[in-house]
Amino acid sequence: MTGAPIVELKGVTRVLQDAVPVTLVQDIDLVINRGEFVSITGASGSGKSSLLYLLGLLDLPTRGHVLIEGEDTAGFTPDHLADIRLAKLGFVFQFHFLLPEFTVLENVTLPMLRLGRLGEKEIHDRGMSLLADFQIADQANKRPDQLSGGQRQRVAVARALANDPPLVLADEPTGNLDMRNSEIVQAIFAELSAKQGRTVIAVTHDKDFADSAPRNVHLVDGRIERDIRR
Amino acid sequence: MFWRVSIGIAAAQLAHRRRQTIVSTLGVALGVGFFVATSALMSGSEKDMVQRLVDNAPHITVKDEFRTAAPQPVFIVYPEAAVSLTSTKPREYLRGIKNHGAKIEELSRQTGVIAEAALTGTAIVRYAAKDVSAGIAGIDPEKERFLTTIEDDMQTGSLMRLKTASQGIVIGQGMAIRLGLGMDDLATVVSPEGIVRRMKVVGIFRTGNLLLDEGQVYMLLKDAQVLLNKPFVANRIRIKIADPDMAEEVAAELESRWGYRTESWQEVNRDFLGLFVIRNIITYSIVGAIMAVAAFGIFNIISTVVMEKRRDIAILMSMGFRASDIQWVFLVQGVFVGVIGMVLGWLLGLILLQMLGTVEIKVPGLMDTQKLPLEKGIFQFGVGGLFALVSAIAAAWIPARKASQVRPVDIIRGAT
Repeated sequence: MTGAPIVELKGVTRVLQDAVPVTLVQDIDLVINRGEFVSITGASGSGKSSLLYLLGLLDLPTRGHVLIEGEDTAGFTPDHLADIRLAKLGFVFQFHFLLPEFTVLENVTLPMLRLGRLGEKEIHDRGMSLLADFQIADQANKRPDQLSGGQRQRVAVARALANDPPLVLADEPTGNLDMRNSEIVQAIFAELSAKQGRTVIAVTHDKDFADSAPRNVHLVDGRIERDIRR
Repeated sequence: MFWRVSIGIAAAQLAHRRRQTIVSTLGVALGVGFFVATSALMSGSEKDMVQRLVDNAPHITVKDEFRTAAPQPVFIVYPEAAVSLTSTKPREYLRGIKNHGAKIEELSRQTGVIAEAALTGTAIVRYAAKDVSAGIAGIDPEKERFLTTIEDDMQTGSLMRLKTASQGIVIGQGMAIRLGLGMDDLATVVSPEGIVRRMKVVGIFRTGNLLLDEGQVYMLLKDAQVLLNKPFVANRIRIKIADPDMAEEVAAELESRWGYRTESWQEVNRDFLGLFVIRNIITYSIVGAIMAVAAFGIFNIISTVVMEKRRDIAILMSMGFRASDIQWVFLVQGVFVGVIGMVLGWLLGLILLQMLGTVEIKVPGLMDTQKLPLEKGIFQFGVGGLFALVSAIAAAWIPARKASQVRPVDIIRGAT
């Protein structure tokens, strides 16, 4: 592995081309190192989700560069970007976004099947062990709609980790959860960073969750206002 | 391995919306089934009719006529000159095919060829003070029974009895009824040459063709030559060849060699054959419309799925699925519906063919009932299946492409 930052933004601006162009984020310079746990906060409309999508290669900057492990992604084909997302990134959203036709276990194994790096047996075993990590192994053969909100979000986290990505991106992962589940998910993210050495970037408006991260990036009107390390 | 994931997702989505899948599959199946049945019926009846055309009449008829009038000598001598001739009259000559005996002999030497010299003309058949004008055909019964199906259409008597009876005629049932003629009755036949002969009815046929049944009289060639006052003349050479499809080529060759107008059965029935083309166009456009409706059904359902599954598409893409993977997911659904619909359609087609096979129709004027002519060929099934597959894939392609163009950010941004 290189010593380069896992993800780096250089002068990134994203303008949404509409009838009236909307600037989502502006002139962002941000370096996130391997193993960091960063929370991104800001008022709604401050561009924190947009920043996350840019970091996660879901969106492309209007100006500026996004570097993953020191490699500039400008000019990469959509397929190449998809392949990077598949192997190196894991997403967790506010809504679980589990596929309703599949069982919990199938949802978790889907990215592994797509990557095709492991055999069928190994994929099954890894899926089960991920579910076990989040105490939902007993729900493996249920459909997502038979689970509680907190359980679903844990499945979504397990799915994000399926291909063992070094970088996990979360967009309001606790936004839809009650206190108790929110705390569970919060603890999971802390552990991903602290114990497993993954880089975690989480957008949140939950102050507790934001404060639990060692580093906080605060956005105002699409610009970084504060970048605090505790 | 990853394509299996796309197929797995496609299968799961199809299974999830079982009812719509079944409905769209049945749409395709209906299209294929009816295509198989109607096309079997259409091409079956076409073959049947062509068979009749081929069997009922000689494949090729050489006539003592010329397609184009011979050029006047002055035109040959002065090809460049501005010559105008008016009121030219065709040369008068004893009509007939020159040297027909040698031509028949030459034709008959080839394998599978039956050639017969015949003399046709008109006469009036008179009986019990009633007159009917008739077409006279002086023929050779030995050969005529291979050239046409007239011998099979005999109600009473036989063509062969012409050979044993002295001055026999074979007439149609329509004429027999109009004149009140029966077997072995003596009718008076009057020719335009003024020759009157008493001839004995030795056979009555019924073809189902009114023109023939009421107006055709068969007799021996030599009797016709006497009646029409054309001794040793034949004005037709009627030919049957081994492969009826070659008739046009053979006719063209004979015409260029002998100069006489030579008609193949295709040329005689050109308007009829043209009807088949129109009939086929009608059939295929109706069946095509059924398939188009089925295709629209597939298009509609997959488009709806794509609309409803935008979130799932977005999440699959954010997970790292490529646009092409997404396209496959929906294309596979179309292919699946197409393939299952095709197989069900084949089964439906077989059932329909079974049912049509038991239908008996009664042709007016004929005593015996007939089965529907069906052509149960691999062609119908092949084309029907191909049609289903192509329309299903085309119908799935458009929404599948649309699905692959979903931008995950737009969906996720909208959802959160």
